[in-house]
Amino acid sequence: MTEAAITFRDLTLGYNSHPAVHHLNGTVRRGSLTAVVGQNGSGKSTLMKGIVGVLKPMAGACTVEPGARVAYLPQQSELDRSFPARVVDLVSMGLWPKRGLLGRTTKADREAVGKALLSVGMGGFEGRSIDTLSGGQLQRALFARVLVQDADIILLDEPFNAIDAKTVGDLIGVIKRWHGDSLTVMVVVHDLDLVRTHFPETLLMARSPIAWGATGEALKPENLLHARRFDEAWHEDAPWCEPAGHDHDHGDHDHKHHAHA
Amino acid sequence: MYDLLIAPFVEFGFMQRALAGSLLLSLAACPVGVFLMLRRMSLTGDAMAHAILPGAAAGFLLYGLQIVPMTIGGLIAGVVVAIGAGAVSRFTLQKEDASMAAFYLISLALGVMIVSLRGSSVDLMHVLFGTVLALDDAALTLIAGISVVTLASLAIFWRALIAECLDPLFLRSVSRLGTPVHFLFLGLVVLNLVGGFQALGTLLSVGLMMLPAAAARFWTGRVITMCTLAVAIGIVSCLSGLLLSYHAALPSGPSIILSAGAVYLLSTLFGTRGAFLARIRHPHRHRTA
Repeated sequence: MTEAAITFRDLTLGYNSHPAVHHLNGTVRRGSLTAVVGQNGSGKSTLMKGIVGVLKPMAGACTVEPGARVAYLPQQSELDRSFPARVVDLVSMGLWPKRGLLGRTTKADREAVGKALLSVGMGGFEGRSIDTLSGGQLQRALFARVLVQDADIILLDEPFNAIDAKTVGDLIGVIKRWHGDSLTVMVVVHDLDLVRTHFPETLLMARSPIAWGATGEALKPENLLHARRFDEAWHEDAPWCEPAGHDHDHGDHDHKHHAHA
Repeated sequence: MYDLLIAPFVEFGFMQRALAGSLLLSLAACPVGVFLMLRRMSLTGDAMAHAILPGAAAGFLLYGLQIVPMTIGGLIAGVVVAIGAGAVSRFTLQKEDASMAAFYLISLALGVMIVSLRGSSVDLMHVLFGTVLALDDAALTLIAGISVVTLASLAIFWRALIAECLDPLFLRSVSRLGTPVHFLFLGLVVLNLVGGFQALGTLLSVGLMMLPAAAARFWTGRVITMCTLAVAIGIVSCLSGLLLSYHAALPSGPSIILSAGAVYLLSTLFGTRGAFLARIRHPHRHRTA
């Protein structure tokens, strides 16, 4: 039996009334491992923000299965690396969903943090201050934080940027373990070979969804070509998008009129 | 030694009050300063200090030179500016530095306008530079209350404050506390500046907040230690500033802040993370891994 972990209903997300994700419908199955693929500006990161709730939908809805905990690793972290914190402080932030503002951290919590660091290959880094970490080490530490969050749905936005092959391999291992534990995982990836090898399902985006399904099917050449042709720019005079079946007799002319109003 | 360090505080009631007031201020204002510094909002404290002027001036205009109305006025003006600037930065494209500058400049001009409507320049000096040697019971009670509220808030919201500084986007993804904590923190800044302005004046009260914090940064890499150290530096600065002012007949507010300034300058040079020591300790040696 498969149930929806995330449901999109005619979801439109964007900035300043320009859509970045346009009319997305569908469900992410519980326990699925999905790669989100598309060119720069095709709405992948925006979709992630929409699922976490950092960005409110302009239209439609995005619902996460009730009671499910979401962990999110953003592409552009707002992490302040000059802040005086150690690796263990950073990873312990992942305890927030469990402990909140005032809950005392237990011995088990501290053990969980240590175990998470071990499983991303960062054992012994607990006391290092975060401004001394390399890019790859920081990314491993952030993965450890996601591990500690103990979430049901995990969203990773371009986690493999500027990461060497060995670290990518390790992090893929972590993702596979989540998949094995039947967690729902969505990962924004650019490397199509990586997607074909490791991700059973793929959502191909170009503002609107181009294809969504089994990776082999979704990444067919014609779909990729379609996605590549997509026009990234926003147009100030783009017509307003009206719901289908509404005001149809006004036609194109009226759309333009709206845009200039 | 006794005459030099202890007698002034034993013999004179006004010195005891000044000491009590400034110690209570250090206790609360210095940790707030540490967070201001870590959030790269050090100059925000300065801007807020200017911002409370019109409120204090309005209180002064209506009731004369009295602690309570001037404090309440300052508090209102500070909160208006903090919320206004914070709201502009959270809900528009403009960053907090620009919105804060805009709001505090408006506020400052308004304050100078109000003071000059009524007062002489002596009064203006009083508002700007404070009188730590003339703290009355009402002022001391107020400062004590502010210290308790500040320390309690810091203790309760500690984890959220750290998270909001370290990784605000992460905090937003797991909790809705980010924005409220930001405003709560700005509120604490205003509260402590208002508490300080009785003693040190609107312009210098920010000095006791920022200088010990900035000095403590050169000695430690842990936030909790930094806060403790900042409080200790604040207390030492108050003690030495008051003694300096007593023995050399100098104005007390600037003496306190200059003492803190001296600690800061020494820390930049000789702190374990300062300019010299960090370089001198192992100049030509490094470890194998």
